[in-house]
Amino acid sequence: MRRGASWFSIAAIGLGLAFLYLPIAILVIYSFNASRLVTVWAGWSTRWYVELFHDQAMLDAAWISLRVGLLSATVATILGTLAALALVRMGRFRGRLLFSGMIYAPLILPEVITGLSLLLLFVAASIDRGFWTIVIAHITLTVGFVTVIVQARLLGFDRSIEEAAMDLGAPPVKTFFTITLPLIAPAVAAGWMLAFALSLDDLVIASFTTGPGATTLPIRIYSEVRLGVKPEINAICTIMVAVVAIGVIAASLLSKLRGEDRPAMPVPGAI
Amino acid sequence: MRTAEANSGRRPKAGGSGGASGSGRLLVRFEAVTKRFSGSAAVERLSLDIHEGEFFALLGPSGCGKTTLLRMLAGFETPDEGRILLDGKDISGVPPYRRPVNMMFQSYALFPHLNVEHNIAFGLKQESLPKAEIAARVKEALALVRLEGLQHRKPHQLSGGQRQRVALARCLVKRPRVLLLDEPLAALDRRLREDTRFELVDLQAKLGLTFIIVTHDQEEAMSLADRIGVMDHGRLVQVATPPEIYEQPNSRWVAQFVGDVNMIEGKVVSAGADGALIDSAVGRLRVKQAGDAKAGDMVAIALRPEKLRISCEQPASEENRIAGQVWDIGYLGDMSVYQVKTDAGVTIKASTANMTRLIERPITWDDRVWLSFDADAGVVLTR
Repeated sequence: MRRGASWFSIAAIGLGLAFLYLPIAILVIYSFNASRLVTVWAGWSTRWYVELFHDQAMLDAAWISLRVGLLSATVATILGTLAALALVRMGRFRGRLLFSGMIYAPLILPEVITGLSLLLLFVAASIDRGFWTIVIAHITLTVGFVTVIVQARLLGFDRSIEEAAMDLGAPPVKTFFTITLPLIAPAVAAGWMLAFALSLDDLVIASFTTGPGATTLPIRIYSEVRLGVKPEINAICTIMVAVVAIGVIAASLLSKLRGEDRPAMPVPGAI
Repeated sequence: MRTAEANSGRRPKAGGSGGASGSGRLLVRFEAVTKRFSGSAAVERLSLDIHEGEFFALLGPSGCGKTTLLRMLAGFETPDEGRILLDGKDISGVPPYRRPVNMMFQSYALFPHLNVEHNIAFGLKQESLPKAEIAARVKEALALVRLEGLQHRKPHQLSGGQRQRVALARCLVKRPRVLLLDEPLAALDRRLREDTRFELVDLQAKLGLTFIIVTHDQEEAMSLADRIGVMDHGRLVQVATPPEIYEQPNSRWVAQFVGDVNMIEGKVVSAGADGALIDSAVGRLRVKQAGDAKAGDMVAIALRPEKLRISCEQPASEENRIAGQVWDIGYLGDMSVYQVKTDAGVTIKASTANMTRLIERPITWDDRVWLSFDADAGVVLTR
C-alpha cells in the first residue's frame, strides 16, 4: 500500500525536525560536556549535573517555580473551567461578549503589558511582592488558555447526555461531577498541563511581579546567563526538557486511553 | 389488498388497561399549554389527555412542536402558559430530576464513560437504593431487553440496535409513570426498525406502562400506538386511533400527511343521511362519509389509492365510475401503483396488490381503463 515517501517529503520532514530539535539536541549534548567552556567539546561527563545539585540557589529557584506552577495551574484550571461552563452553558447572558473578551485578553496582550499592569496594581494596593504575587500573576496569565481548551471540549459535547442524567434523577451539581466532569476531564487535564508549562517558563511577568526571596527558575537562569553561559545551565535546561517531554508523553498516552471512551460513529444496523 | 385495518391498529390488550377507548385512569393532562421560542410559538394553546397504560404517539412533520411538548413533560422546558398535570398534580415547578417521568433520547444519550451495567444502574443509584436491589433490577432490565452478557461493554462497543436497547433499559429500570420516547427508532435501519417496533409494543403491553412516543414516521405511529395525536404548527390537528386517523381524517392536511391519498375537489350538490352527491372535475360522485357538509359547500373527497378499483372493462354500475388512461405504473413488488389520467385531465392514483405473478400485466401503459370505488370508500373533507 505504501509507495515509499518521495524525496520532497523526506527532506521536508528532515528539515522540519532539524529546525525544531537541533538546538535542543545541542543543548542536551553540551550538558554532558566535560569542559568548562561551553563551546569546546572535551569528552563526556556528568560533572555539571553533580555541581548543579550542589548549587543551593538554583535548587531553591526550581522549588519556587514548581510550587508557583502547581498552585497557579490548579487555581487557573478551576477558574478557567468555570468560565468555559459559563460561556458555553449559560446562553446569552448580559455582558457575555465583554466577559469572553476579558477572558481571552491575556492570551493576546503582550506579556510586558500584563506584567506592568499587575505590578502597578500590586504597588497601588500596597501588596508586598513575592511568592503570592507571582502566583496571582500566573493565574491571570493562564486562565484564558484553560478556558479556550475546556470550551472547545464543551462545544463538542452532546447536551442530551447531561439531560439524560438529570432525567434519571441526578440534580445538576451531581450531574456535573458524575457525568460532565469525567467527560471533559481530558481537556481539563490538558488545560492544567498547559497552565503549568506556561507558568514554569514565564520570565517576563514573573520578573515584574517578583519580590525578595521569590526568584523563579527562569529568573535565576536568566540572571546567570547574563554573566556568561555556564555548563550548569545546560544541565538544568536538559532536566527541564526531560520533565516536559515526560509530561507530554504522559498526556498523550492519557488522552489515547480516554479516547477509547468516546462514542464511535454509530454503525447503522450493525448488530 | 392492503387494507388500513390490516396494517394499522393493534390487537386489543388483555386486561383492558387503557387502550384505544381511553378507559384507563387519566394520567397526563396538558391544559392550554403554550411555549414560545424567541417570539414564535412552538406549541400553542394545546390541550391533551393521556390515560394510564396507553401507548400514545405524537405524529407530525419536523418543527411541529412535538418534541417541545415531550420536553415540557420531561421538565427540560417550562410552558409559558397553561399547566401540565401528572396524576392530577401540576408539575410545572418540578425539576426534571424529581419527575416520575423518564425520557429516551433520540441520540440515546448513553454515558460514554460508563459500561452498560453502570449506565442502567445510574438512575437507581440516584434513588439511593440498596446495592442488592440495584443489582437485581439491573439484571432484570438486561434480561428484558435481551442484553445479558453485554453488561461490561462500553457504549462505543455496541451496535446501534444494542445501544437503543440500553437506552430503553436505562429508562425502564426506573419504573417511570410515563416513558417518553423521542424518535426511538429513527437511527435504526429499516429491517431492525420493524423488528424493534414489535418489541416495543410487546414490552409496553407486558409492563403495562404508559408510553408517549414522538415520531415523524406515520407507519411507526400507526403500528405502535393506541392513539395518535397529529400535530402541525404547535397545534393538535386530530387525536384518534390509527384506523380513524387513516380512514376518517378530519382535514385535508391530516389526509395528506398520513398515507397516500387522492384529493378530488368538488362542490356538494346534496347532502343527506345516505351521504353526499358531489360535482367534481371527474363527474358526479357519491360519498357516504360526508360529515357536516351541506349543499353548496366546496369540499374535497379523500380517496386512498388502495380503495380504488382499476379495470379494463367498463364497470356495470354507473356510480363513482371514472374513465381514464394509464399514465404511469409504479411497480413495488407486492403492489403496483397506477397513475391514471382521467379524461377530465385529473391524475388519480390507484393501487392493487399483485396477487399473482404476472409478468405480462393485464393493464399497461396508455391503456384505456376504468376507475371505480364504493360509496363508503372515501370521505368528504370540509376543512
